[in-house]
Amino acid sequence: MSTVVLLLITGVGLGAIYFLVASGLSLIYGLMGVLNFAHGVFLTFGAFLGWEVAARMGATTWAGFAASLLVGALAGAVFAALTERFLVQRLYERHIEQVLITVGLALAVVALFDGIWGTDARFISGPPWMSRTTTIAGANVPNDRFVAIVLAVVVLVAIVLFLQRTRYGMIIRAGVENRSMVTALGIDVRTAFTLIFTIGGAAAGLGGVLASHAFGYVSPMLGQTLLIFAFIVTVIGGLGSLTGAAIASVLVAVLQQFANYYWGYGDFAVVVLLAVVVLTRPSGLMGKKVTA
Amino acid sequence: MTSSPPSRDAATVGAGPTARPTAPVLLVRDLQAHVAGQQVVEHVDLQVAPTGVTALLGRNGVGKTSTIKAVMGLIGRSGTIELDGEDISTLPTFRIAGRGVGYVPEDREVFSGLTVTENLRLAERRGSEHRYDLVYELFPELEQRGAQAAGTLSGGQQQMVSLARALLNDNRVLLIDEPTKGLAPRLVTEVAEALARAAEVAPVLLVEQNLQVVRDLARHVVVLTDGRSVHHGDASDFLDDPVATQRLLGVHGGTDPAGAA
Amino acid sequence: MTDADIGTDRRRQAVRVLLPLGLVVLLACLPLLDISVPGILPGATYTPGTLHLLALAWVMAAVALSYHLLFGVAGLLSFGHALYFGLGAYGLGIVMRELQLGLVPAAVLTLVVAVVMSTVLGAVSLRVTGIPFAMVTLAFAQAAYVWVRRDPERVTGGEEGLRLPTEFVPGFLVGVADTRNLYWLALAVLVLAYLLTAWVQNSRAGHVAEAVRENELRVRVLGMQPVLVKLAIFVSASVIAAMVGMVHLLLNSGAVPHVMSAEFTISLLLMVVLGGVGSRWGAVAGAILYVLLNQRLTVLAGGAWVESLPAVLRIPLSEPLFILGTLFVLVVLFLPGGLAGTVARVTARSRDRRGDDGPDRRPHPPAAEEPEADDVPQRLEVT
Ligand SMILES: Nc1ncnc2c1ncn2[C@@H]1O[C@H](COP(=O)(O)OP(=O)(O)OP(=O)(O)O)[C@@H](O)[C@H]1O
Ligand SMILES: [Mg+2]
Repeated sequence: MSTVVLLLITGVGLGAIYFLVASGLSLIYGLMGVLNFAHGVFLTFGAFLGWEVAARMGATTWAGFAASLLVGALAGAVFAALTERFLVQRLYERHIEQVLITVGLALAVVALFDGIWGTDARFISGPPWMSRTTTIAGANVPNDRFVAIVLAVVVLVAIVLFLQRTRYGMIIRAGVENRSMVTALGIDVRTAFTLIFTIGGAAAGLGGVLASHAFGYVSPMLGQTLLIFAFIVTVIGGLGSLTGAAIASVLVAVLQQFANYYWGYGDFAVVVLLAVVVLTRPSGLMGKKVTA
Repeated sequence: MTSSPPSRDAATVGAGPTARPTAPVLLVRDLQAHVAGQQVVEHVDLQVAPTGVTALLGRNGVGKTSTIKAVMGLIGRSGTIELDGEDISTLPTFRIAGRGVGYVPEDREVFSGLTVTENLRLAERRGSEHRYDLVYELFPELEQRGAQAAGTLSGGQQQMVSLARALLNDNRVLLIDEPTKGLAPRLVTEVAEALARAAEVAPVLLVEQNLQVVRDLARHVVVLTDGRSVHHGDASDFLDDPVATQRLLGVHGGTDPAGAA
Repeated sequence: MTDADIGTDRRRQAVRVLLPLGLVVLLACLPLLDISVPGILPGATYTPGTLHLLALAWVMAAVALSYHLLFGVAGLLSFGHALYFGLGAYGLGIVMRELQLGLVPAAVLTLVVAVVMSTVLGAVSLRVTGIPFAMVTLAFAQAAYVWVRRDPERVTGGEEGLRLPTEFVPGFLVGVADTRNLYWLALAVLVLAYLLTAWVQNSRAGHVAEAVRENELRVRVLGMQPVLVKLAIFVSASVIAAMVGMVHLLLNSGAVPHVMSAEFTISLLLMVVLGGVGSRWGAVAGAILYVLLNQRLTVLAGGAWVESLPAVLRIPLSEPLFILGTLFVLVVLFLPGGLAGTVARVTARSRDRRGDDGPDRRPHPPAAEEPEADDVPQRLEVT
């Protein structure tokens, strides 16, 4: 029983991190039709800058941790906004070239991170409470998972409120459904594109800091590894669907935890789940109809 | 009501639009357009008169929708497209709409996940007044169903949302593509009435299969065949010519109800 | 057409056959010659180091050709092509060692496995199109990558990689002593891959696939099954990749997890885009450029003078992938059509200037009317 609870909560904690990466990816794809390979780079950049700030302010203090979260989100947001504005937007509506650009950027920037921070993992420490455990139903759950879950829920609520309550949110929702009709109403969707990249980048940067605490390290490949799971999550959840991304994140991560524990092949279980979803529901759990 | 046209246009149109009431609001010359690597509009010339309804007719698949999309900049196009004498053939879609081109697409294209009110709010254009009074007077149902998701509306109600989005703003011209497609006869009448009111506010380029509606509303017609404009002229003259309607539309003018297909 | 025209036509055709043939003969003679190209090749052409580098370039060009089939011909943006290359490399080694088979039977068996696996996985992946297809292929390849790295069955050698079981390989293909033979093998596999690619492209499936990329609807209206055609291309490309992967195993006396990684597929994408999407020789040129550049940049990165630079210059210069990634971004932004596209533009311009091309310059020429539509770079679109 305690094992099940532990796997469940750590699974949801991992799902929280997946969600922070996948939410932006899914919205970017839904609105712009762009598969953003550079999304993992936003995450890694957030994680490294967060780590640098925390190290300077005292990694074990709460102030240092809070600052690292803030800086991580900010770093991801700025990097993403610049990427959209200066690279992706130059190739407006040319989706394949846009994907290629993000692939090239990811390649170049990961190499740059290698050069700056070295290829070896940097080990992370946070406030001592974070690495202690809390006992729930007999399971000793690492506290950092709770932090990840709470922050992911906060991000989810914030994005939902933004999408439901603001004009830009409305433009984004409408654009995911039918981008060309939005432009035919006289709206310049490019602003919404930059915005959605920025939001996605902030979520990814935040996810980077949390991931580095959950895994205990940060390395230049951190984002690329998570990115692949985030891709799987977005396909399973349905491209363009925020709710789908949230549900699929938890589903994928929990399945992965259980399969890892009982079978040893968590990654395969996830890929099998992906294959099943693609065979039975090609547009994903909550996706709009997939078009090329 | 509209922003005054730049001086360059005053020169081309003479002493400005008011002095030449017959100058077309929209002028299309030698339009070509392509979709998915295929040329679907070969050569279209058309003019939209400064008042009233100009109908764009033709059998299924001749390129009516594509012509309208090309004017909106939604598909690749080349040729001359002038709005009030100003070239809009290279502008991006949102700027074309911003200059006062209202668009009601063939399949309504309401945002199904947004509420009716949100659909209308999204259509509000900056620098234009928003005529909710007119819209709600024409379609009182939309006011009652404001909080309903547009995707759950009936086809007729969705058509109203789509028309309302275009009527909400001050427009120089309205491009309306088959507004009565698939509607019950009573709704066809209702939509036709709304179109008549719309035409009082702004000139309309109307694609319509229901020739009775065309007869009631349109003053001019342009007829397409295989991506080319082949006939321009007075609407009733054309509809009264059984040979021409039979040849170009495959129907007898005015007698055949909704949709020859 | 005048007689003179026919004459030029024949001459052109002869050139199109003889030029590549001559080139292959020349390349085949390289191990016997003593040619030095300072700055590009590490040593004279007969030295094992240079031969190994060139052989690697031929192998990468061959696998880039198979990626060209997928992406350039069928418009399938796959991020999992490394799976089949890796399958060839690992599969051959594992089959030889575990089943105690000789090189040829093991190679045949590996190819059969590649056919089956690519058919099954291709059929699943092709349930979705466009970007979702990219993601699904990536996920499958990633699963395989994780498997070879973790090595739960104790067959792949994990992170260390798989060592070539030399006892099952004919002596003349083993070891550095006979790099020449491996070089010729690599060149042969490149020629074979080129011919196979051209054959698939000119087959009915190839033509239909290109039509599908242009306009899937129209093909469906004509009563053909776009999915089956795409699957045929997918399987052909995968099998060619597996075949090349086997040569890679021999060339490097082993296989490492990298050959199954997403980065490997991305490097194939890079080569094809650098060369010009849709062009066969572009894929070859892009791959050779990539391999040589990568090698040169690695040498440069280790150079003493880089060490002495300030950090802002030293860090980017010491990362070959940073430079390659940046180059790639620049090509996508400023050189649409890559090498082949640029060459085509330059020759078209000089031909225009000579004036032996008609004045027919319509604003939007239909794609079918472009000259030699068989091997030209095109606008990027995936199906
Ligand atoms: N996305 C597309 N892909 C391929 N062909 C298309 C596409 N869109 C339109 N076409 C083709 O372009 C031609 C013109 O289409 P268009 O929709 O403009 O016709 P239409 O006159 O509006 O017809 P209808 O009266 O049926 O609405 C048709 O032959 C159609 O098949
Ligand atoms: Mg139509």
